Amino acid sequence: MTDKMDVSFTVNGEERTVCVEPRRTLADALREDCGLTGTHLGCEHGVCGACTVLVDDTPVRSCLMFAVQAEGARVRTVEGLADGDKLHPLQQAFWDHHGLQCGFCTPGFLMLAVGILERDPDIGEAELREALSSNLCRCTGYQNILKSVLAAAAAMRK
Amino acid sequence: MRWVGRRLPRYEDPVLLHGNGRYVADLARGARAMRFVRSPVARGTIRAVKIPPGALVVTAADLGAVKPLCPRLLRPDFVPIAQPILAAGRVRYVGEPIAAVIADSAAEAEDLAELVEVEIDQEIPVVTFDQALAVGAPPVHDNARNNTIIDTGLDTGDVASAFTAADRIVEFAFVSHRQSAMPLEARGALAAFDPATGRVTLSVSAQSPHLLRTGIADALGMPESELRVIAPDVGGGFGQKVPLIPEHIVAVWAARRFRGTVAWIEDRLENLTASFHARDQLLALRGAFAADGKLLALDADILCNIGAYSNAPITGALEPLMAMSELPGPYALPAYRVRSRGIITNTCPMAPYRGVSRPVITTAMERLMDTAAARLGLDPLEVRRRNLIKSFPHTSPTGIVQDAGSYREAMEVAAARADIPGFRVRQQAARAEGRYLGIGFSVFAERTGYGTPTFAARKMEITPGFERVELAMDPSGFVEARIGASPHGQGLKTTLAQLLADEIGIAPDRIRVIAGDTDRTPYGFGTFASRSAVIAGGACKLAATKLRERLKEVAAQTLEAAASDIEIDDGRATVRGTDLGVGVPQLARAAYHESHRFPTIIETGLSAVATYDPDGTFSNACHVAIVEVDVATGKVAIERFVIVEDAGILINPTIVEGQIHGGVAQGIANALYEQVIYDEGGNILTGSLADYLVPTMAEIPDLEIHHLETITDASITGVKGVGEGGAIGAPGAVLNAVVDALSPFGIEIFEMPITPQRILQLLQERPSPPQ
Repeated sequence: MTDKMDVSFTVNGEERTVCVEPRRTLADALREDCGLTGTHLGCEHGVCGACTVLVDDTPVRSCLMFAVQAEGARVRTVEGLADGDKLHPLQQAFWDHHGLQCGFCTPGFLMLAVGILERDPDIGEAELREALSSNLCRCTGYQNILKSVLAAAAAMRK
Repeated sequence: MRWVGRRLPRYEDPVLLHGNGRYVADLARGARAMRFVRSPVARGTIRAVKIPPGALVVTAADLGAVKPLCPRLLRPDFVPIAQPILAAGRVRYVGEPIAAVIADSAAEAEDLAELVEVEIDQEIPVVTFDQALAVGAPPVHDNARNNTIIDTGLDTGDVASAFTAADRIVEFAFVSHRQSAMPLEARGALAAFDPATGRVTLSVSAQSPHLLRTGIADALGMPESELRVIAPDVGGGFGQKVPLIPEHIVAVWAARRFRGTVAWIEDRLENLTASFHARDQLLALRGAFAADGKLLALDADILCNIGAYSNAPITGALEPLMAMSELPGPYALPAYRVRSRGIITNTCPMAPYRGVSRPVITTAMERLMDTAAARLGLDPLEVRRRNLIKSFPHTSPTGIVQDAGSYREAMEVAAARADIPGFRVRQQAARAEGRYLGIGFSVFAERTGYGTPTFAARKMEITPGFERVELAMDPSGFVEARIGASPHGQGLKTTLAQLLADEIGIAPDRIRVIAGDTDRTPYGFGTFASRSAVIAGGACKLAATKLRERLKEVAAQTLEAAASDIEIDDGRATVRGTDLGVGVPQLARAAYHESHRFPTIIETGLSAVATYDPDGTFSNACHVAIVEVDVATGKVAIERFVIVEDAGILINPTIVEGQIHGGVAQGIANALYEQVIYDEGGNILTGSLADYLVPTMAEIPDLEIHHLETITDASITGVKGVGEGGAIGAPGAVLNAVVDALSPFGIEIFEMPITPQRILQLLQERPSPPQ
C-alpha cells in the first residue's frame, strides 16, 4: 500500500503533480498534498458532502474518489471560486442571506451549487431542493442555503 | 446611529466563504497523528494489550500519575464516578479509549491501531433502564448502588388531594430514544509542545477553552500557565464539545512527553459511537385534571440514561436535575411531585445537547396537554389557556423565578397565523380523499443566561456562570473586545460588535471581537446553554459604558467642555447643542500619545473590564406544525411550520432566526428521524450517517417566524437567549401534529423519534377503521 505514485491534475487551473499512495483519497490529496484545506471532511463515507469538489465540472465526493482516479482531470475547489476579494455570486449570496453558520459544510454546498447551476442555470426550486439535499448541514436548517442558491441563480442569469 | 436591531451581514463569513477557515484538522497538517484503540465490547475486563513491535503506543500504564476524570456535585445524594483516561482493568462501553497510537500520518496510525490486540473477558452488559435497575443487576461501577448516580425528588403542594379531586387522570410513559448532536465537524485536538517556553498549545474543537485548560492542568498536575487552549474555527458543537474528554488529556500528555506535536482528528464512526449521546430518557407522567382542563397536579418519575461515565465537569446529573426542575415549563402548577434519577449503563456517556432535557420534557408536557384535551373533549389550546402562567414574575413549584414573557400571546398569535378553522376544513376534505393531515402545537419557556446562582443551587463543583469582557481601544480608534465566551458558528462576534457599537458610539466594523484563546481572553466559561448573548452581551454593555465615559473625559478635555455635555455617536464626540466635535480616532491617539493631558484616565487608558453574572431569564415561543402522514408508508411530511417567539430585544434578527432555523431542524430530526440504536450486546448499530439519519433539505420545510418582544429587567441588555429554543419546541409540535393526523385511527404516540416503521406498527396494532 505504501508504493507511491505520481498523479497529475489541475486544481483551480493550476497544474499539480502529487506523489501519493494509491489509497489516498482525492480529499486527502487536496488537503494534505496541495494544502487546500477549504475542502472539509465530515464523514469520509460519502453521506455528508462537506468534501464536495468539481471534477471536470461534475460535483463529486472527494472522500470517495482516489487521487489516482483524478489523473488528467480538472479539479475545482472552494479556493478557486472568488476572484481575489471579489466573491463568486454564490459566495456573495451565502453572505447576504446568512447561508452559513459554523461554515464547515459551506465549501461543499458552494461547490455542489456551482455544479448544479452551471449545468442547469434555470433549475426550478423543487429540483434545486432535491439536488441540494445531497449534502448535510447541521446549523442552518437549510432554509437560508436554499434562499442563497436561488438568489445566486437569479444573479448569475443576469 | 443605532446598530442593535439591524440585519447586518456577519463579519465571520468572508473568511469561511473563501475556504480560508481554520478548523483543527486544517491546522494539523504535518503533525504526527494519534489514533485511539477503543473497546470493541461494552463490558468486560482487559486481560492484555499487545502492541505491534516498533509502534509508539500509549496505554494506561504509561500515564502514571495522570488523574482520572471525576466530576462532582457537592451534595450527598450524588455518586461521583471516576473515568480512567485510558481504560486499564475494566471497559464499560463500546468505544472507550484503551490506547493511543502515534505515527507519522493518519493512515499509518490507523494501520497500526488495527494491529494492537486487546484481549478482553467479555461480560453481559447493562444497556437499558430495565437491565440497570433489575434486582441484582451487575453494577457498572462498584460505588454506584442500583446503577444510580443521583436519585432525587420534590413534593410540593397537596398532590394526593389533587388526584382525589381530579375529574380525569391522564397517565402515560414517554420515551425519548437516544440521539447524537452530530456536529458536522467531529471533535479534534492538536497539541503542540514549544521547546523554547516549555508550554503546550492545544488547538481543540471545543466550546469552553478556559474550562478545558483548568481540567487538563488538574489532570496532568501542571500549572495552567503552561497550557494555552485555542478553539479555532469550530464546526458546530451543540453541547457535545463542552466536556473535557480523555482524548484531550492524552494529546497534551503526549505533546509534553514526546516534546512534539500530535493531532487527534476524530472520524465519524468515533463521533457517532464514542463521543457523547443525549436525550435518552423515560418519563412516567400522571396528570390530575379538572373537567375544565385545569392541571391540578403532576406526578412524574424521570429516568435518564447517562451512559457509562459522568461528563466532566458538568456531570451526568445535569439531565435528571434539569428535567425535574423545569418540567412544569410555561404552566402554573399547584402541586408537583417528582422523582428523578440518573442511571449508569454500559453505553456511551451523555453530554449536554441543545436544549438539555427540555426537548424531552417539553414534548412530554405538550403530549400531556393534548392527551388531556382529547380525553376531556376540550380544544387543546383551551387546555393550555387554562394552565399557562399569566402573571410575572412567576415562581415555579421548583423555586425557579420566571421573568416577564408572552406565553399566552405567543400561542394566540401562532394560532391565528396557522388559521385553525381553515386547516380543519382542509383536514376534513383531505380525509375524504384518504389523506391524513394534522396540526400540532407546542408552547414552552426557555430558561437562558444562567448565572452562577443557578449552578450553585445545583451544587456544581464548578459554577460556570459569569462572563468577563475586556475592551481596549487602540491609538487608531479601533476596539478589541476580548471575551471569555467561545462562539462556534452562532455569529456572536457580529452580534457583540453591534451591541458594543451602540454602547460606545462607533461603527461595528471598528470593533474586533477576540474569542477562543486562553492567552488572549479573560477567564470565562464558553458558549453553551443560550448564555452568550445574555451574559457576554451584558458584560459588553457594562464595559462599553465605562469605555464611553473614559472617551468622554478625553473629549471634554479636548473640546474644553464638561464631560456631561459630551455625546458620542457614529465615531464622533460632540458638545451637546453646539457644532463642536472631534473624531474618536483623534481622541484615541491623544489618549495614548498625549496622556499627560488626561490625568483622570491615566490609570486605565482607553480600556475597560466588566463582568456580568445574571440570575437568568426566560424566552418563550409557540411552535405549530402542520403535517401529512402517509398511512401506507408511515412517512411524515411537514407541510408548514410556524414559530412565534419572544427573545426580548433582538440584536441581529437574521442571526436570531438562523439560530431558530437550526434548532427547529434538530427538533424535527428529534421527532421523526434520528436514533442511536444499541443491540443487546451494547454494540451501536448506527455508526454511520447512512444509518443515523440526519435530515436533509428535502425533509426540513421553510419556517415562518414571527417575533414578539417582551422587555425584561432580568437581563441588562433586554436580550433573552435563543440558542436552544428551536430544538426545545419543535418535537412536541411535530408529535402532536402526527397524533392529530392519525386521530381517526385512535392512535396515541408517546415516544420519539416516531419513524415510519413505528407509525406503521402502531397502525397495525390499532386497526380501527378510519372514522
